[in-house]
Amino acid sequence: MAILSVSGVSRAFGGVQALQGCSLEVAEGSIAGLIGPNGSGKTTLFNVVTGYVQADQGAVRFRDEDITGLKPNQVFARGIGRTFQLTRIFERLSVLENMLVATQRREGWLRGLTRSKSSPEEVATALELLDFVGIAGLAELQAGALSYGQRKLLELAYVLVADPQVILLDEPAGGVNLTLINRIAEKIRALNAQGKTFLIVEHNMEFVMSLCDRVTVMHQGCNLVSGTPDEVRRDPRVLDAYLGGGDDELEEVAGG
Amino acid sequence: MRLWSRAAWALGLVALALFPVVVTNPAYVAIGVFTLIYMSCASSWNMFSGYTGYIALGSAVSYGVGAYTMALVSIHANMAPGASMFWLAPLGGLLASLVALPIGAIALRVRRHTFVVITIAIFFVFQLTAINVGFTGSTSGLILPFISWNESYYNVPFYYVALGLVIFATALSALVRRSRFGLQMLAIRDDEDRALGLGVRTTAVKLTGFALAQFTIGMAGALYAMFVGQIFPQFVFDPLFDVSIALMAFLGGLGTLAGPLLGALILESFQQWLTLSFSNSSLYLILFGALFLLVILFMPQGIVVFVRDRVTRRAAREKAAVAAAETTLAGSRA
Repeated sequence: MAILSVSGVSRAFGGVQALQGCSLEVAEGSIAGLIGPNGSGKTTLFNVVTGYVQADQGAVRFRDEDITGLKPNQVFARGIGRTFQLTRIFERLSVLENMLVATQRREGWLRGLTRSKSSPEEVATALELLDFVGIAGLAELQAGALSYGQRKLLELAYVLVADPQVILLDEPAGGVNLTLINRIAEKIRALNAQGKTFLIVEHNMEFVMSLCDRVTVMHQGCNLVSGTPDEVRRDPRVLDAYLGGGDDELEEVAGG
Repeated sequence: MRLWSRAAWALGLVALALFPVVVTNPAYVAIGVFTLIYMSCASSWNMFSGYTGYIALGSAVSYGVGAYTMALVSIHANMAPGASMFWLAPLGGLLASLVALPIGAIALRVRRHTFVVITIAIFFVFQLTAINVGFTGSTSGLILPFISWNESYYNVPFYYVALGLVIFATALSALVRRSRFGLQMLAIRDDEDRALGLGVRTTAVKLTGFALAQFTIGMAGALYAMFVGQIFPQFVFDPLFDVSIALMAFLGGLGTLAGPLLGALILESFQQWLTLSFSNSSLYLILFGALFLLVILFMPQGIVVFVRDRVTRRAAREKAAVAAAETTLAGSRA
């Protein structure tokens, strides 16, 4: 059963049609991949799902609920967390404080005035998650001092704080070294084993093909092909979309 | 370090509390009152603008609303001149917060430079309105009930009420800093969209913080009106006030607890002293300009952050030096 489904979503920015009737289904408990050339609308699709961008047309459903047009905080509160392509962390807060910002989704904002920044349990949970991604030792450090890879890990950790059901990762392996890519893949598998559903945008083909159950290829704002990694790899339309070549070229690449 | 900063706070408080006892000259105590009023305003301003990064330049709206609450209520309710008028200050603060709600609802929809410009524009709407409506006394102002306290004593109650206001603003600022609410404001400062995506109700947090900050500023305005005894629209809705408290916070250290207090203490007392000594009220502007140039060049993050960085860096250097010395020693022994 699909935990997250996108149907017929369109969105234009001025004259640019970023999404054009895009549809996508993510099965519960799966790791879904989303690939496609630059500018094919992957990040815009993420933005529509998480409420950062409003769709012109179409609907997004989470389980049985229509979540089209909700605000980012409302989407997050329903159990959909995301990371950003260029990591976005709170640079002037400590790593631990970064984690604590995300723990607050279940209470009214006015109660926050009288509450201290964190309860011991929340700090314990936060440290546990930092330990899970392997940066617990940096908890007291100012987040701005983290390296690029460490920021990726922190972003993953604080999305986990609120215990989301679906996690959208925008290029988790982009710009990080091989060791770290493997560590991130390992964490994703471990979380998936605990029942978390993933939707991952990524350009690193090896990463996507080895990790994902299903891969969707986007091209010019709509979904081109959906299938298992093997099916997608063999589909001639995919190579066409990436390389834009004729049939001859295609055979060459597919053969090689 | 922790002990160090606690001692500094205690020392500062004792010094402020003893000031009118040691310095009995009414002219200097009056400088003290103005300085404390500005300290409370700068601290309160920082509690919103310093924490969220939304630089508001329309705080004189709250100051003016507080001042006019004090003036209009005390005049029209025929209040007996005296200490009971102090109780109007919280009312002034409350009204300032209420007025801030619609202002915030409009201005906080935009960010950064646009927000700054909108707050300035709203401020001028209020100033022009205050000058042009009848009940503010227009350009001839309003005269408050005359308090006939002895001249040598007159300033002292104001001084201690203003000191109470500074303590209130600082305590509130410290509490907010430690609360979840404060953490959410700091998260908004660093990346508002990311905070929203992590479940922070940014609009509600910003608006609450903005209105809360106006409470102390409104009270300070009320106290000012009662202290000077006569107010004019152009002096309580004063654009220089907007800029001054922001600059005080920047000078001392934006977003820090002690920074705005220190900035206001330095600038306001200095300005008042210059005015008193040279009876040239615009001379201070030249010196202000020079001072700001120096601060922006040499300590752009403000005095407090500058000093704190120096102290931590020296501590770290000493630690490293000790460690290095021990290694050398161990090496020579081996």
